[in-house]
Amino acid sequence: MSEFDQMYREVILDHYKNPRGHGELDDADAQAEGQNPLCGDEVSIFVAFGEDGDTIDEVKFSGRGCAISQAATSMLMEMVQGRSAVEVASLPREELLDELGIPLSPVRLKCALLGLSTLKLALHKAKGTPLPEEWAGAAGDLDLK
Amino acid sequence: MAVTAQTKLDAGKLRADFPIFEQEIRGKPLAYLDSAVSSHKPRQVLDKLRNFYETSYANVHRGVYTLSEVATAEYEGAREKVARFVNAPEARELIFTHGATESINLVAYAWGLDNLGPGDVVVVTELEHHSNFVPWQYIAKRTGATFTAIPLDEHGELRLDWLEEIAQKGNVKVVANNLVSNALGTINPVERLAAWAHEQGAIMVVDAAQAAPHHAIDVQQLDCDFLAFSSHKMCGPTSVGALWGRAELLEAMAPFNLGGHMIRSVSLEETTWGQLPYKFEAGTQPIAEAVGFGAAIDYVNDVGIGAIEEHERELLVYALERLADVPGFVGYGPPAERRAGIISFNIEGIHPHDVAQVLDMDGVAIRAGHHCCQPLMAKLGVAATNRASFYLYTIPEEIDRLVDGLHKAHKLLA
Repeated sequence: MSEFDQMYREVILDHYKNPRGHGELDDADAQAEGQNPLCGDEVSIFVAFGEDGDTIDEVKFSGRGCAISQAATSMLMEMVQGRSAVEVASLPREELLDELGIPLSPVRLKCALLGLSTLKLALHKAKGTPLPEEWAGAAGDLDLK
Repeated sequence: MAVTAQTKLDAGKLRADFPIFEQEIRGKPLAYLDSAVSSHKPRQVLDKLRNFYETSYANVHRGVYTLSEVATAEYEGAREKVARFVNAPEARELIFTHGATESINLVAYAWGLDNLGPGDVVVVTELEHHSNFVPWQYIAKRTGATFTAIPLDEHGELRLDWLEEIAQKGNVKVVANNLVSNALGTINPVERLAAWAHEQGAIMVVDAAQAAPHHAIDVQQLDCDFLAFSSHKMCGPTSVGALWGRAELLEAMAPFNLGGHMIRSVSLEETTWGQLPYKFEAGTQPIAEAVGFGAAIDYVNDVGIGAIEEHERELLVYALERLADVPGFVGYGPPAERRAGIISFNIEGIHPHDVAQVLDMDGVAIRAGHHCCQPLMAKLGVAATNRASFYLYTIPEEIDRLVDGLHKAHKLLA
């Protein structure tokens, strides 16, 4: 398979064209917005917790982005549904990248990880879990109300 | 500026001057359609850099020894070439900087901090590159001045009918505009804006980074007060650029960077500043890069700036015609006659990153992003666009490959 076919392989295109968990939650328990300064893409993540206050009961995303960022965020939505917020807050990026399974240049890596870092930011704001490294030093600019 | 009859340039032949085109990208010849972000370098410039380091290099204005004198003569010779290129009245008005961004920051800080305050108005446009937007927004905030932008019409041209309303906001002190928009290619009516700025008692600051490589510039005809441009977009090395400013303004200004070389005398109590241009050239300058900038000016002059502009306009007309057949093509920007060789566009339903990625697989390089113009992108209602841009070495075959790649992207992703 050529590099090209790999990058836009069937499963990526499927998630891009039919994103899972696309939408917004009106009364989300956790919420954050993230931007990719390289291309101006934006993503918003919405999380609702279960009765135990830790299980991710429902998670949705909205925003605009390239096929890689949309597909990666769509996969992420499936990946974290039903898992513990504390666990997801420290989810290794490799877990998502393995699921994507395509070679990524440093620029495209930022596209692929925008959803994950924004989800972690939402959990940080709601639960006080560690701030993801992508946001280190930016805390002063973030609306952490 | 003397107008000479232009001979048509032969891009296929000039291409042989650029070693970068000798390699293949992903097994295909390089189709480089991103010269607006930076141009490639001809052998003439690369040879000059190597030769300068090998035979003439020393720090400038420092030694009495022969080599330092040779290096100084080369450096000052480059200054004269760059000054003549924009028809500056005097070479001492031409400051070497690290690029157009630093040139604009120099004016924003060194002129702005001492001349702006509450009640004053700083005017930019919605079309500016962040480099001619963010420094002014920041210095306006620092000084309490009002910051405002001339809006655009639907073709990406400035709404000059808004000037009267802007003049009501206070004392207009700065008008800052690019001569050619890096994002849309719009050639802006800088002469008219400069006249208006002077009626208001304001200075006119021109960002010519995107204009200088493609468009004849005459600071006396524009009647501007400052003009900034970079070497790397016009066949020269990175990390060097120029600021031209009126001598009386530069002389009245405080310095920007402070340190060695920019002083007249230093004591424990006081330091006095050197003369132009050295007052604004603190520390060791990008010496070889400036010499390379001079060689790039020679190269561009040999090809002929008028011939370059004509060549790019022909490519623009050809490309716009061919792109119209691409499904989902949405173009931005003014008609070809008021536009430099830049095409900003989207393919409906496909993110620019994906378009650029698909093109890269075939060795076609274009830019995808906000082009450091987020206010403009907001106005267009998009996060990003694709941008194809041309230069003296661009050939129609590269445009054909762009069009083929766009059909492929549409088939795959739309």
